[in-house]
Amino acid sequence: MSIAVELEGVTCAFSTKGGGAYTAVKDVSLAVAEGEFVSVVGPTGCGKSTLLNVVAGLLKPTEGRVRVLGDVLSGVNARAGYMFQSEALMPWRSALDNVVAGLDFRGEDRASSYPKAEAWLERVGLAGFGNRYPHQLSGGMRKRVSLAQMLILDPQILLMDEPFSALDVQTRVLMENELLELWSANRKSVIFITHDLEEAISLSDRVVVLSAGPASRPIGEYLIDLPRPRDVSEIRLTPRFIALHDKIWHAMKDEVLKGYAQTRNRVSA
Amino acid sequence: MRRRLWFWQAMLLASVFSFWHVATHPELIPPVVWDNPHRAAFFFGEPVKIVKVIIDWFASGEIYPHLWVTLQETALAFVIGAVLGLAVGLWLGLSHFASALADPYIKAMNAMPRVVLAPIFMVWFGLGIWSKVALGVTLVFFIVFFNVYQGVKEVSPVVLNNATMLGATRRQLLRYVYLPSATSWVFSSLHTSVGMAFVGAVVGEYLGSARGVGYLIHMAEGSFDINTVFAGILLLTLFALVLDQAVSMAERRLLVWRPSQAGDADRAL
Repeated sequence: MSIAVELEGVTCAFSTKGGGAYTAVKDVSLAVAEGEFVSVVGPTGCGKSTLLNVVAGLLKPTEGRVRVLGDVLSGVNARAGYMFQSEALMPWRSALDNVVAGLDFRGEDRASSYPKAEAWLERVGLAGFGNRYPHQLSGGMRKRVSLAQMLILDPQILLMDEPFSALDVQTRVLMENELLELWSANRKSVIFITHDLEEAISLSDRVVVLSAGPASRPIGEYLIDLPRPRDVSEIRLTPRFIALHDKIWHAMKDEVLKGYAQTRNRVSA
Repeated sequence: MRRRLWFWQAMLLASVFSFWHVATHPELIPPVVWDNPHRAAFFFGEPVKIVKVIIDWFASGEIYPHLWVTLQETALAFVIGAVLGLAVGLWLGLSHFASALADPYIKAMNAMPRVVLAPIFMVWFGLGIWSKVALGVTLVFFIVFFNVYQGVKEVSPVVLNNATMLGATRRQLLRYVYLPSATSWVFSSLHTSVGMAFVGAVVGEYLGSARGVGYLIHMAEGSFDINTVFAGILLLTLFALVLDQAVSMAERRLLVWRPSQAGDADRAL
């Protein structure tokens, strides 16, 4: 299998208000194969999103580089689709117009792009909701629109930044299953950021654990050898899942505590 | 409840007019403040005569050209002011250098009482409608400009990043993200800016013109015809109310995507 995304010694530092520098991630090397689903987990504030922005090309790393399908990335990563944690839909566009946006940017005319967008809305279970505006949709529906908006462009790499963290537990499980179904139909490389270990294990082929910030780096990689197709709510009850969860959680726990202590110090300082 | 409120609101209006009538009609009540029974009517006018003036205006059709001129001036001032405000607001909002450069001058121009520019516009554009339009433009421009400037600064970075990841070029970001976002800010200041355009038109007419409702008031004042002055004021008030209603209707049509406007977020479930 060939490599889809490869991070080589990526370091990201930001200058702070006080004139100092904050290193979010330090010397991260990571490779994602084509068609592989990789989750990155870590304690809050460990620079998971920073890493994803680097792969997306929205953020230039201070050191190191990113290779996408062999080519060194410069500028925005045109082969990647990005699903954001917070609301990213254009509120002045209806659901259908939001889905069609990427094709608009490509200059495709509406006669051919609208039918595609309608088909995608149907695939994410929103047939008949095309003329609703984002505020008229529930949180889960808005995530479906975002998913369709991203997938209509058929990107080779999917970058997902805690996309379902704002949803309630039931909706979340539904969305995770739907994501797996859409993904397995046409396997893309996925980098999925989450702080939820259960979500990470149930979705992925591989889980990467990041250390607490600042200067976080991967401290462990775990192959998830659970069979596919999976049902995310059922698979969580299998012994293999529990064993994996136990193993990864033990490795993570120290980092979570470290991250928690740092946040607390920062607040009290 | 609503109908009862309407009733009391009508009663309030009726009682104000009754008091006005009783207090000003010559020899209706014994003189208390002035010895001359006609003096109260001289200063405050008589509501019956005022209403008669208004009815005569409409019956003879004499008022229509004046109203039409005032409406034209208001509309032109609004459109020109809004377009200029939108363009300059977008430009300064997007260019850090330009906004830093222009900042003190924008503040100075906004602080200046712009009504004093009326004589200059009179010299530049003559006594026709354009000097009034120019005055209205200076008033409308700043309201729209500040709103758009703020709007551009506050465009959600997530929406921008999302559009970028969907392949939008810088130009497309301007057209598909900044412009609709800024336009919504123009509409949110619509009531104020249309009101300001109206103020510009009327004040301009009052200061020197040959037509318009402001001109009628000015002429009546010159001949101490207080009833006509009040009639003009009442007419302007009614006109402003109608204008405001029209703006509300336009707003409802154009801002359907706004959560606060539609108020049907719960319909989604």
